[in-house]
Order: sequence, then C-alpha cells, then structure tokens
Amino acid sequence: MALVTIRGLSKSFQRDSQPIVVFDGLDLDFAEGSFTALMGPSGSGKSTLLNLVAGLDRPTSGTVTVGDAEVSAMGPGALAEWRARHVGFVFQSYNLLPVLTAYQNVELPLLLTRLSKAERHDHVMTALGVVALTDRAEHFPRQLSGGQEQRVAIARAVVSDPTIILLDEPTGQLDAKSAAEILELLQRLNREFHKTILMVTHDPHAAQAAGRTLHLDKGVLTA
Amino acid sequence: MKYFPLVWANLTRHKRRTVLTTLSVALALFLFASLRSVITTLHAGAEVGSESRMIVQSAKAIVFFLPMSYKERLLAVPGVQAVTWADWFGGVYQDPKNFFASFAADAESYLDMYKTDFTLPADQRTAFIKERTACIVGQHLLEKYGWHLGQNVTLQGTIFQGDWTFTIRGVYHATDPAFSEDALMFHYEVIYERYPRWVQPGWYVLQLKDPALAQQVAATIDSEFKNSTDPTKTGTERAFNAGFVTMWGNVSFLMNSIGMAVVFAILLVAANSMMLSARERTNEVGVLKTVGFSDRLLFGLVMAEAGIIALGGAVLGLGAAKALYRPTDFSAMGFLPGFDVTAGTLALGLGIAVVLAVASGLVPALNAARLSAVQALRHVE
Repeated sequence: MALVTIRGLSKSFQRDSQPIVVFDGLDLDFAEGSFTALMGPSGSGKSTLLNLVAGLDRPTSGTVTVGDAEVSAMGPGALAEWRARHVGFVFQSYNLLPVLTAYQNVELPLLLTRLSKAERHDHVMTALGVVALTDRAEHFPRQLSGGQEQRVAIARAVVSDPTIILLDEPTGQLDAKSAAEILELLQRLNREFHKTILMVTHDPHAAQAAGRTLHLDKGVLTA
Repeated sequence: MKYFPLVWANLTRHKRRTVLTTLSVALALFLFASLRSVITTLHAGAEVGSESRMIVQSAKAIVFFLPMSYKERLLAVPGVQAVTWADWFGGVYQDPKNFFASFAADAESYLDMYKTDFTLPADQRTAFIKERTACIVGQHLLEKYGWHLGQNVTLQGTIFQGDWTFTIRGVYHATDPAFSEDALMFHYEVIYERYPRWVQPGWYVLQLKDPALAQQVAATIDSEFKNSTDPTKTGTERAFNAGFVTMWGNVSFLMNSIGMAVVFAILLVAANSMMLSARERTNEVGVLKTVGFSDRLLFGLVMAEAGIIALGGAVLGLGAAKALYRPTDFSAMGFLPGFDVTAGTLALGLGIAVVLAVASGLVPALNAARLSAVQALRHVE
C-alpha cells in the first residue's frame, strides 16, 4: 500500500529570468514501511523531491499525498503542524542547534506537542537510546563527533514517531565507519520499527542499505 | 514556558553582545528616567506654592530690588492680609561647590507666612527671632554638612561679598517633600546693615484674605506702581514658581529631546543587534520550520528575545534610577527638593521599553516568519 503518492508533479524555478524545469509530470509511489534510496547526479531533483514530500516546497502543479494528507494543498500553518506530527527530516550537515544540548535538540519536535515535561523526557531518552547516545544527552553538538551528531539528528527525526523519515545525504559528511553505523541504524528503524524511509544519496554503498533504489536524472526516473 | 530554554539559549549564544545590548537599553532608560525626573520635580515644585499667597517682584527682572516703602502700600491694598519680604543671598559654604539656597528675610513675618509649609519648634523660633546673627536651616542641609544647633556657620557671599557668620538656632522640617529642606535663612537686617544704601527687598510675599481676590489684587498693585521708577509684576506664588519652571522651559525641552535622542540611538543599537543575531541564525530558522515550528511561533520566539532584552534593560535602568535617587536623598544641591523617579516616569519608561522591544524585534521576527524553510536552509553566512 502506497504511503506517498505523487501524481503529475511539475516543479520549475526562475533563475535570472530563465525558467528551470525540475519535474514535468512525475508520477511516483512509496510504499508504507519501505526504505527507498533516491540517487542521481547533482541537479537531478532529488533534494527538491524530498522537500516537496516534506511540504517544505510547493509543486508548480500536480499533487503530493502522504497518507491521507494532500501535502501540496495545505496552507503554511497546517503544513507546519502536519510536519511536526508526520515528518522526520535528517540533513547532510546534521543541522543541530549549536546552543542546545543533544537532549534539547531531540526534544525540539516534542515542544510542539501537548506532552508533559516528564513524558517528553521519556520520549527523548528512548530516542537517544535507539541511537545509543543516552550518555551524551547533555553534550553540545561541538562536543560530539560527526557520526554522533548525525545520530542525534536521527533521534530528533524519530522522537515524535513520524509517519515518514526523509534523509538528505545523511552519510555525505561522515567517514566510512560512521556512515556504516548510520545506515545500520536506518535499517533497524525500517526493519524493527517499520518506519517508511526515503533517503537521497550519492553514495552507492549507502543506497545498498535501502530495499529499493530509484535513479533520477533531470527530473525523470531512469530506473 | 516550555520554549523558554530555546529563547534563553539563543540569548546566551553571544553573552557579551546580549549583556552589552541589555546594558545599553538600561543606560538609556536610566538617563531617560533621570532627565524626566528633573522635569517632573521642577513641575512638582511649582505646585507647592500657595494660591492664597502672591509674589510681588520687580517688573524689570527678579534681580532688581523693590523699595522698602512698598511694604506699607502693599499692606494697604484691599484683600491683602499680611506682607513679608526676602532677598536672595547666594552664598557658598567653605568651597564654591558647597552651594545651596540661602536668603535673607524679615524673620517673624516670614515664619508666620510659611507656618503651614514647614515646622519649626517654638523655642527655636523664639531663639532665631531674638538673635540678629542667627539662622535656621533645613533638616536635610543640617545632616548634609553635619551641623548642629548652636554651631556657627560662615558663608562666603557671592552677591554680597565677604564672610558672613551665622549661628544655627533652628532646624525646620518641610511638610511637603517638594519644599526644600536644603535652605538657610537669616535676618534681612544683617545684609541691610552692611549694605544700607543698596539693599532693599528682592521680592515681597503677600497673604491674601481670599484666593479669589488674586487677580484683582495683582491688577491693583501693578497699576499702582506702573508709572513709578520701580514697576512691579505680581502673581500668585504658584504662578511665580511655575515661572521658574517656564524659565527652565528650554531646558525641559532640551532634556526631553536628549532623552528621546538617547532612547532612539539605543533603539538602533538594539535593533541592529537583534537583526544581526537573527541573520546569523537564518539556517536554524529553516531547521525549526522543517521540524514543524510554525511561522507564528518563530515570530513569537524572536519577539520574546527582543522583549527580554528590552524589559531586562528597563528593569535594570529604571530600577537603578528608582533605587539611587530617593534613598540617597539626591536633590541637586537643594535645587530639586523631593527629587524622585515618579510612578508615571517608571510607567513611561516601561512603555518605551515595550516600544523598543517591538521596534527592534519586529523586522527580524517578520523575516524569520516569512522566510521559507528551503530559502532559510540554503542560507550560508
């Protein structure tokens, strides 16, 4: 059963008065509980697709539906609320807030819920437990290694138990060992917690961790 | 409250910048409160004067004397119940910086005229009246210089040259805090005896039978002396005091202008600091939007930061002004008796802080709210 349904998706930008077409009538589905790697050269539209699924960007035309929600039709306020409940996003450069501890970074999405402080604490410690970083809860990002920072970012992405986890080059800045740990972690999240994962990557090794690999080139699926 | 750690973490990201911005707001509001308190104290002083007393001064200028012969003629004006007179002495004590209000007056009639404005023990009053070289001083002045009853105090005259020694025979207490307790009064005869050909009353004070007669009495007096060599200018004591404030009019305007200029300059500093701080965090705004923070929430968080800086500065600056002046009995050498930061000034200062918070936080808050997550994430410092 498809969790993400993309129909007739078109997206174009204006750059220096030149229209740049990224997608032109793309149709694509991602099944619930799937782990998909999205590959392709720079400028192929991978990150744009991720942003469109996350509701961070709007399509020029077409629809993006995640579960029952037509993301492409939502207003800004509803989108923010929807993202808080249904999307976990992981960036290539971790994007942890440097002034917050690992614990506080992971807690961020929970601040948007009605959970009590004690409940938030339980959720945060569980998420940090999943990424094996409970002992680093009070550390600031600058006190963590790149791999640890990315694990904290993954903990932040999963702490609110989102419907889908979107990752943009999650191993792009990591050494081989840390990258392997992250990919193993993602596989665990997919296998044990049945999380639907969509990962953009340049790395064929990283793509191998996913159950399905799609190739994009100039906004068109090639494989 | 659950967002407070996030707001606080952002505020303490650059501690020195936040502290300096807060201190600049505090300093601006301290200056504002101080300058405005000068104006409010001057106006409060003007309110002290009685409506049933009138002041007769030279129409040429207050520095000109009026003839002593006017005393009887003033007393004869219908509606006038009593008359007294005084002269500004303007001496200093030991050092030119020890300057306070000192004046010569017709002791008995002056004390009678002002018996409701300050209290003086009966025995001290008697001692003062019967001794030609005696003086009375305000309680605050006595404490300031560590004087005591019976002490001889020598003033150096600035208008009436020479040394002038007086014995303190009385200490008065003002019944209204706006009435100065930083003054020294002695007998008119003392300066008259040394300068008989020159000294005459500097101003007369009249007690009216009925305050409603003020306008009529003033008109009668001023028309009576209109064509003399010493024409008069008569008005109620309150108007006389208000006239002093009017003399300060440009100063009031200047102080208001300086106060507002300082506040505006600090507003620019605070706004610049807030914008710089927000700009540095553009990428983080994108992250928070990705996490699910709404535009409205981000707007509120940035405004909260601006609010904490402005209100923190206000509490420090206004609090310092309030804590400093009253407990230390500051009175600008007695010229601003009852100097205090009023509740109105504090409220106005807080109002300015709120405006400061809105004005400095609005642009960065709107920017944070309006920027799309994708744009924000692409932002590189």
